[in-house]
Amino acid sequence: MHELSIAISLVEAAEEEAAKHGAASVSAVHLRLGPLSGVAKEALLFSYDLATEGTALAGSRLLIEDAPVEVFCTSCGERRPIRSLQAFSCAACGTPATEIVQGRELEVVGLEIDS
Amino acid sequence: MKTAVPRLVEVRRSVLKQNDLIAAMLRERFHGAGVRAVSLVSSPGSGKTALLEKTLTVLTKNHRVAALVGDLATENDATRLRRSQAPVRQIVTGTVCHLDAGMVRDALEGWKLEELDYLFIENVGNLVCPSSYDLGEELRAVLLSVTEGEDKPLKYPTIFDSADVAVVTKVDLAPAVEFDWDAVRRNIAAVRPGMEVLGVSAKTGEGFDDWMGCLTRF
Repeated sequence: MHELSIAISLVEAAEEEAAKHGAASVSAVHLRLGPLSGVAKEALLFSYDLATEGTALAGSRLLIEDAPVEVFCTSCGERRPIRSLQAFSCAACGTPATEIVQGRELEVVGLEIDS
Repeated sequence: MKTAVPRLVEVRRSVLKQNDLIAAMLRERFHGAGVRAVSLVSSPGSGKTALLEKTLTVLTKNHRVAALVGDLATENDATRLRRSQAPVRQIVTGTVCHLDAGMVRDALEGWKLEELDYLFIENVGNLVCPSSYDLGEELRAVLLSVTEGEDKPLKYPTIFDSADVAVVTKVDLAPAVEFDWDAVRRNIAAVRPGMEVLGVSAKTGEGFDDWMGCLTRF
């Protein structure tokens, strides 16, 4: 499990962004998380409270928005979801997918701050 | 007194930005120095060190090679790999289950990269955590030994997604474990369509030409 390391990086990233926006305090952090990031949502949520302890983010909430895998299907010529991680092919036509356009996200997309 | 006004600000910031910046810097250094950086990832015991030991021994004949090897504890792997005569440094991670770009950068301290043709980076044995961290390598090989079961790719799709080539190891044992090549190829293609799959035995040397070819090709 490396989610505690990830949570610590997340706290550092959010603190930096909060400072840039002149935040006096942060009440929530919005994160986009894709399944190909290699990070487990439940473990990250569990680690978040530990990682924020004693920081400017202590007591804040972590809100995770899923970024499901989407690929560019060369047969459909469209952006499509995949069947599953175990069947990495276009959900519409079944063409094996190699061009990933979404699903690797592990990024802070929003902060709820008081300033 | 001014009352605090809560508001939502939009940001766009990768959580691993710091790692990715270091990895990008390493990639640039490797490229500038003309060194090919290859990392190996797999579960513990699938034969990363055996493959690397043989690879270093073969490559040191005609190339300048070095290796970094990550483990939670002990210098055992570095000691083993040094028998190849190549310079080797151990990265002891303590409790950390993966290497990150900063650990690689720090471990390279004092090495002249321009004096190398190949740099190998053996990650900590783990099929989950290393997938999140870019190490600046040019080629990432994911290893899977014939004794582990053909469905490993289905169970750990993320690490296969993060790698460039799959290397099936210990192929000398394939008959003994009735290894199903069709199943493993099918499973790798299911999680990572188009991924190249090699089979090697560090013990007998079987498949080594293909592996060497892969190292020179990328």
